Amino acid sequence: MTVTFQLTGFLRTFAGGAREVRLEVPGATVRDALRALGDRHPGVSSRVLDEQGSVRRHVNVFVGDQSIRDTGGLSTQLRDGSTISLLAAVSGGSG
Amino acid sequence: MPTTQQIQTRRGDVVVLVGTMKGAFLFRSGPDRARFEMGGPYFPGHSVYALAYDGRADRRRIWAAASSMHWGSVLSHSDDFGASWTTPEVPTVQFPKGGKALANIWQVCPGRPDEPDVLYCGVEPAALFESRDGGKSFQLVEGLWQHPHREKWQPGGGGLCLHTVLPDPKVRGRIVVAISTGGVYRTDDGGRTWTVRNKGVRAEFLPDKHPEFGQCVHKIAGNPSRPERLYLQNHWGLYRSDDAGDSWQDMAHGVPSDFGFCMAVHPHDGETAYIIPLESDGFRCTPEGKLRVYRTRDGGGSWHPLTEGLPQRDAFETVLRDAMGTDQEERAGIYFGTRSGKLFASRDDGDSWTPVATGLPPIVCVRAARA
Repeated sequence: MTVTFQLTGFLRTFAGGAREVRLEVPGATVRDALRALGDRHPGVSSRVLDEQGSVRRHVNVFVGDQSIRDTGGLSTQLRDGSTISLLAAVSGGSG
Repeated sequence: MPTTQQIQTRRGDVVVLVGTMKGAFLFRSGPDRARFEMGGPYFPGHSVYALAYDGRADRRRIWAAASSMHWGSVLSHSDDFGASWTTPEVPTVQFPKGGKALANIWQVCPGRPDEPDVLYCGVEPAALFESRDGGKSFQLVEGLWQHPHREKWQPGGGGLCLHTVLPDPKVRGRIVVAISTGGVYRTDDGGRTWTVRNKGVRAEFLPDKHPEFGQCVHKIAGNPSRPERLYLQNHWGLYRSDDAGDSWQDMAHGVPSDFGFCMAVHPHDGETAYIIPLESDGFRCTPEGKLRVYRTRDGGGSWHPLTEGLPQRDAFETVLRDAMGTDQEERAGIYFGTRSGKLFASRDDGDSWTPVATGLPPIVCVRAARA
């Protein structure tokens, strides 16, 4: 299936400046899609996922307008044409 | 993002590397250190807890560990004093698969002069990484990671971090590290085995004040010309060792408090060390509203306040564990930065001080070197 990643500003640095990355994904989950993204742009996936393959604590991954925290995490199922947004969480408060 | 101010650093300049909670800054001066010029911020929005200058093998390389709350920690380097940075696509300091995830890099430490491609990183969760290819790749030092004490180490206020790495320039294979909270550990066989070296160091916050391990050591500093002599700033307590950590002796003689974080040793005189006492763990500010560096010239036998040029009224400052450093000049430059973003410099072994910058983000790391 084909999915489209939308990248927040900082992550574009590691994708040649692209706002969007469209990929063929051999699989059906967000985990599969991030793996495919890592094959093309390892700098992006290594900032979204830690070295153990978990989404970093202050990163939000959305499929459409749904956070994957509410839909099964990295096992969230995708459909052909899904849009995945990789965003910085609203974190902070300590200055 | 802010515009980064660039500086032109020439060979022979003195450079001061400053890591803050919101980026790194470089300061350069001619050899007289009379006036500093600022470059930065580099890595704006990232906390930079560890910086190091590596002048071995004709390099002029700055290492910077920039950490984003969102995107993780990455070790980058610059060979042109900040004009450009090389940042690996995939971070080079990573735990092996199936283990922990890196939280922060607390220390970057070049290895011995005769091993110019060796580099160490102390990280959170507490672990040591070693590179033997000039920082292109790092391996977890398994001997320490597999230590039976590790599962019982507890995080201090800053996290469970390995924050001090001291490779012994004379005894090959010997490295001393410090962990909050775990204490002091030493290897004599290049990292294969490690033994705890906390004998004499108090753990004021535990029922047993002298446990085998679990001490909250804040910083250890040494002098390369006499590496068996070490100074230790503890979470309550000031200590000296003359046997590379085999034993520690109390040296809190004449200080307003033996609580503090930072510690530095004069680059050419192993009898001379510097601290900045804080009132207590409950009020981590300079006592009496006076910003005073304390110096010993007799190996901790006595301490004397250095105040010339430092605010002595309404100055409730905090100086963190890595926020003090020295250059290598004959008349040594001593530098420190505060949590309130003030950077101070002395070019006369600490006798007098001048403010170099007063409006930086909270300072967490200060290092200095000759370019």
